[in-house]
Amino acid sequence: MTVDLRVPWPDDFAKRYWSAAADGVLLIQRCARCGLHQFYPRAHCVHCLAADPEWIEARGRGTLFAFTVVHRVPNPDAAPETPYVFAVVELEEGVRMTCNLLGAEDRELRCGEPVRLSMRRQGDWALPCFELESSSQGGSR
Amino acid sequence: MTRSPWSGEVAVAGVCESARRKAPGVHPYAIHAEVIRGALEDAGLEIGDVDGFCSVASMPTEGGRDMDLGELAEYVGIHPRWFDSTDIGGAAFISHAGHAALAIASGLCEVVVVSYAAAGRSWPLPFDDIPSSPYGPGQWEVPYGPSTVAYYAMAARRHIDLYGTTAEQLAQIAVQCRANAAPNENAIYRDPITVEDVLDSGFIADPLHKLDCCVVTDSGGAFVLTSRKRAERLTRKPVYVLGAGEALGQVHISQMEDPTRTVAASSGADALERAGLSHAEIDCAQIYDSFTYTVLVTLESLGFCGPGEGGPFVASGAIAPEGSLPINTDGGGLSSNHPGRRGALALIEGVRQLRGESPGVQLAQPRTCLVHGTGGFLSATATVVLGV
Repeated sequence: MTVDLRVPWPDDFAKRYWSAAADGVLLIQRCARCGLHQFYPRAHCVHCLAADPEWIEARGRGTLFAFTVVHRVPNPDAAPETPYVFAVVELEEGVRMTCNLLGAEDRELRCGEPVRLSMRRQGDWALPCFELESSSQGGSR
Repeated sequence: MTRSPWSGEVAVAGVCESARRKAPGVHPYAIHAEVIRGALEDAGLEIGDVDGFCSVASMPTEGGRDMDLGELAEYVGIHPRWFDSTDIGGAAFISHAGHAALAIASGLCEVVVVSYAAAGRSWPLPFDDIPSSPYGPGQWEVPYGPSTVAYYAMAARRHIDLYGTTAEQLAQIAVQCRANAAPNENAIYRDPITVEDVLDSGFIADPLHKLDCCVVTDSGGAFVLTSRKRAERLTRKPVYVLGAGEALGQVHISQMEDPTRTVAASSGADALERAGLSHAEIDCAQIYDSFTYTVLVTLESLGFCGPGEGGPFVASGAIAPEGSLPINTDGGGLSSNHPGRRGALALIEGVRQLRGESPGVQLAQPRTCLVHGTGGFLSATATVVLGV
């Protein structure tokens, strides 16, 4: 079986996340018991192990926590076209998520820069990504 | 400090690093057999003396799959009554050494072989360098194009932005390792390089250039541990396991509290305390060098300098043979040998250095050496303190 590594392979639990993404919504989770947020999604709270944390819509704003501009990859079929920005963003809600920073591969970047949600279409999927707040146009591309 | 009761009760009695660096068409298990034979000959022991076995061969380039330890023991012809296959990336074999020391000290077995081999350079079958399965937690990582280098590069970039660390300071580590490799006849690269060479070698993942990354080889290595009493009856000078520690952090950078610090802070402190030694009593170190940044963040996390001080520390010459903490005296993974998980080879160089037999830069009678492995993506660490 050939696996396309550029799209997610959701288990049943994760389908809700990816279908929300297709509608332009980024879901994160909050535990009803301890009140803490988490990402990536799990069927339990990673802070207190309570079951079934609730899904909430993220505001879609945050800052660049860490990033790299990738120039060479071991398997081009399993990655975006080089160069691309592979990054971790810290959301306003406090959780961090891995993503691509879109349209920023030629920009002078620093950790801490404000970013906003920007969905990237990949085949039949929408991948939650981010772009710089300072970039000209908002929305998806 | 409270030295552990088992400190110094187990010794490394034999070592062997394969002279191979390129071995197309050779299965890694064949290299295992070569280096196990070499380590046992070095120790003056026979395969029939071996009753403990540690290895892991689960990566595609290591030739094994599930039941890798069993298949490898079957292939080599080892029949262990104690074994361990802890799989924490490149730190695994240093973790095995600590576990083996405890097993021997508590009488579970008497002679343990720890062995590693991989065809990192010439593996003939296709495989992906994807850091996690795309099904499960990896579905939130893999579609974005992660790679081993990209994860380390992200952490390095944060260190640069947070502390003002420079690409030149990172490059200094590669330059020092290359200088140490010059006398090492088996090192894959021996010609001197400069900071400029590193900066001009092209980005793999910014800020890591090609020469900030370890070499890729086909090779392996093995070492033999036994009790202090038995080791002292053998021919070679015993190198004692004084302390060991290990720690498991997070696999994905997004899940780490702080990627500019590793769990070496925990494994290193444990190993030193169990050895009853302070930082000042460590004469040299073999620090896992998958990338230049791996060394920098490890020196800080182990406490040889403060958080954020790694750049000035390495630029000061502290890690040079004449410095306060000479490291990677055989050229390390950055210049000598890195088939994929270098931990076993770092420990072997620690032993050679304390015996006065380094193939690279031999220091003047060091008494202690700290050997440290970093596995995964700054994810797991193991530290062993050796002494003579």
